[in-house]
Amino acid sequence: MAREQFRIVIVGHVDHGKSTVMGRLLADTGSLPEGKLEQVRQMCLKNAKPFEYAFLLDALKDEQAQGITIDIARSFFKTKKRDYIVLDAPGHIEFLKNMITGAAHAEAALLVIDAAEGIQENSKRHGYLISMIGIKQVAVLVNKMDLVDYDKDVFEKIKSEYSEFLANINVKPISFIPISAKEGDNIVADSEKMPWYSGVTTLEQVDQFAKTPTLEKLPLRIPVQDIYKFTGGNDDRRIVAGTIETGTIKVGDDVVFWPSKKKTGIKSIESFNTDQKTTASAGAATGFTLTTQIYVKPGEIMTGEKDPPPCVSNRFKANIFWVGKAPMIKNKNYKLKLTTAKASLRLAEIINVIDATDLTSDKSKGQIDRHDVAEAVFETVKPIAFDLVGKSERTSRFVIIDNYEIAGGGIILEDLAEGFGSLEKHVEKREDIWEKGSISQEDRTVAYNHKSKFIVFTGANHVGKRKIAKALEQKLFKEKFKAYYLGTSNVRLGLEADILDKDSAYDEHIRRLGELARIMTDSGQIFITTIDNADEYDLQILKMLNEPNEILVINVGENNLSQSSINLILDKDEDIDGATDKVYQLLKEKSIILEYYI
Amino acid sequence: MDHLDILEAKSVYILREAYREFKSLCMLWSVGKDSTVLLWLARKAFFGHVPIPLVHIDTHYKIPEMIQYRDRLALDWGLNMIYGENSEAIRNKQTFPDGNVDRISCCRNLKSEALKHTLSGEWPRYRMDHKEKRYHLDNNREPYTGVIVGVRADEEGSRSKERYFSPRDKENEWDVGDQPPEFWDQYKTDFAPGTHVRVHPLLDWTELNIWEYIEREKIPIVPLYFDRGEGKRYRSLGCYPCTNPVESEATTVKEIIEELRSGKFANIAERAGRAQDKEDGGGLETLRREGYM
Repeated sequence: MAREQFRIVIVGHVDHGKSTVMGRLLADTGSLPEGKLEQVRQMCLKNAKPFEYAFLLDALKDEQAQGITIDIARSFFKTKKRDYIVLDAPGHIEFLKNMITGAAHAEAALLVIDAAEGIQENSKRHGYLISMIGIKQVAVLVNKMDLVDYDKDVFEKIKSEYSEFLANINVKPISFIPISAKEGDNIVADSEKMPWYSGVTTLEQVDQFAKTPTLEKLPLRIPVQDIYKFTGGNDDRRIVAGTIETGTIKVGDDVVFWPSKKKTGIKSIESFNTDQKTTASAGAATGFTLTTQIYVKPGEIMTGEKDPPPCVSNRFKANIFWVGKAPMIKNKNYKLKLTTAKASLRLAEIINVIDATDLTSDKSKGQIDRHDVAEAVFETVKPIAFDLVGKSERTSRFVIIDNYEIAGGGIILEDLAEGFGSLEKHVEKREDIWEKGSISQEDRTVAYNHKSKFIVFTGANHVGKRKIAKALEQKLFKEKFKAYYLGTSNVRLGLEADILDKDSAYDEHIRRLGELARIMTDSGQIFITTIDNADEYDLQILKMLNEPNEILVINVGENNLSQSSINLILDKDEDIDGATDKVYQLLKEKSIILEYYI
Repeated sequence: MDHLDILEAKSVYILREAYREFKSLCMLWSVGKDSTVLLWLARKAFFGHVPIPLVHIDTHYKIPEMIQYRDRLALDWGLNMIYGENSEAIRNKQTFPDGNVDRISCCRNLKSEALKHTLSGEWPRYRMDHKEKRYHLDNNREPYTGVIVGVRADEEGSRSKERYFSPRDKENEWDVGDQPPEFWDQYKTDFAPGTHVRVHPLLDWTELNIWEYIEREKIPIVPLYFDRGEGKRYRSLGCYPCTNPVESEATTVKEIIEELRSGKFANIAERAGRAQDKEDGGGLETLRREGYM
């Protein structure tokens, strides 16, 4: 009853007959709606052009007018064995992004080469890209055999040349099939015109493609897509939602979130209109509640406690393809999307640009142009969680956004973790040129009776951080200390009014706050602010940006941060006076405020 | 996971992605089988809730049972139900049934134009008041920047070219030749001010899959899809002047599935009963480029 569904993409150089192969498959398997073939034949008669099977697919007016496929088309056909979705991808270089879009959703590829024209630029480029995208099964169709008199030698020559090319990129095609899509040779029925060929037909090959092996036994990877609490619908469940990329979860499992490293357990698996579930496996778009109320963010990757951990890093080497209208350059901010995570991304170094058509590489290029494939080093501000392509494909893939558009895609090859190297360099450079006024820090300390300090209150939302921060400002002010409390909304609509991209807003807020703290503490002040749910990386970045001055971190309410990154934990229910006293005492202990007057 | 589980998981992922990314999001609900399955998938994605307003474009030529069914489900499921319409075209009789315009122009007036201005907030929107059980003028005039639509790729040519997340410009127009790339599960969720994105979670579903899923989940469906003793039923629902029932004695979802799988409709296109499709050489492309669903 339940039939398997399988996705195939057809790729190859422009005009080599991809849409014709597709049209033939549809027609010869009886998958066309009644009358469709006749309708297209009639249309061809009306417009005085010869009938082509490709017209069954090239549905857009421009496509029929120009006789080329512009965009991918999904077609559906079935065999005895299973149902297919076939993505017919355009072969023209201009539409490369459409070709990759089609291929990125496929489990196997049919690569079409024109027997008369032989191997062309995009025969190779497409071969290279489908392997990079992660398609493991490729069958090569040598088409238009009718134009070369069904000559075995022509076929064998293409077969050996193209096999050699594929071998260089570690792709081993499953089969080479000589066909004529126009005449119907070796599509569904064996060809009488090529008795020298005894292999499978196209349709047999299609049925022989293996289903992607099940991913449920692999280490657990669930990228957190969102966290729901529909209080308005009288529902108190706090549900973490995400699609399981690999592995299996079950109620009671101990789990870890990355990069925050927070640990908890699975309390329940949630679903609508099903029996109560206790497990969920790879492929499921699931949801679950946790045994403890920890704060996790969309974009974190959840694993089992005993699973091999993902990489957590802000620097990595990747293989990318670029389809953006503008080239990818250094010193420009891009956005990275990897599973459900997003981060600000920069191109740090181009190792080489590969010509996918002849596999030569250029190590001297200063930018990555449209349709280039490149090996390069990338950096994010904050570390993100990912896997290497050899370990876990699905969590190693990312796209790059430039000016609202997906402009490139890639796979991570290597983790080049080096902590906060580039941030360190930035601070070093900044301090080198820091122009000092004529008043030294020591002078200010003596005059103000306290040292400067950057104080950050963090913790969950609505635990009273702001109240305590403001009370502390008041208490210090009353003691004649120079204290200043900064409300977050003041910068959101002011200093940060230029940040339009919601996904980079938080990271950019942290960066600007750090730079601002450097200035405020330089002026000798005790600079106080609050951050909701800061993680260790945020605090690390603030600490570094505020250097050479110092930071004090206070957590209010339940604490998820390590001892090394916080100085004080305040109970959520602690009264304001008690809380400010504790902070005040800490400032004394740390000799920020001096107990004696000089 | 069987094929329905796989389709469901992908659609749920897309719905959650849309909900996460778009501040001002709505879902179009024609009350036909596809958008009703879509609504059901939203309940799957959000664990029984539908945190997204549902927008219905009332052409005033929908079969009356469709409107009754819409309002009953809206009340039963606590939906944030909104409708819009082209009241001017209806008042001035600029419709095909009035005999003043052709079918394509009628679709353009009652559907595309109504949709465009309802989404932008320029024309009035009416919202279901769950206490009074009737519609009131909606004060929210904010444009919707994300619009979830239940189109399927197997319906007709131009729909087979759609993306899961497909941008529309200020004029609602669709640039078919230059669509955004979608690599793996990454979609276009960033958009320039003034543009909006159509989200298509059902792109990979076939008509048969829709019915198989209705059967499996026991989704309540408008009764017009079943033969009620006249030997006829609707296979695709639209406005009554342009939608014809098909000859069929299927009275249950099971029987419909049988018809589609191996019976009389196994090889007949679903929209064969929709007259407007035949008046344009590009299928629905002309209408769809302008914003038709």
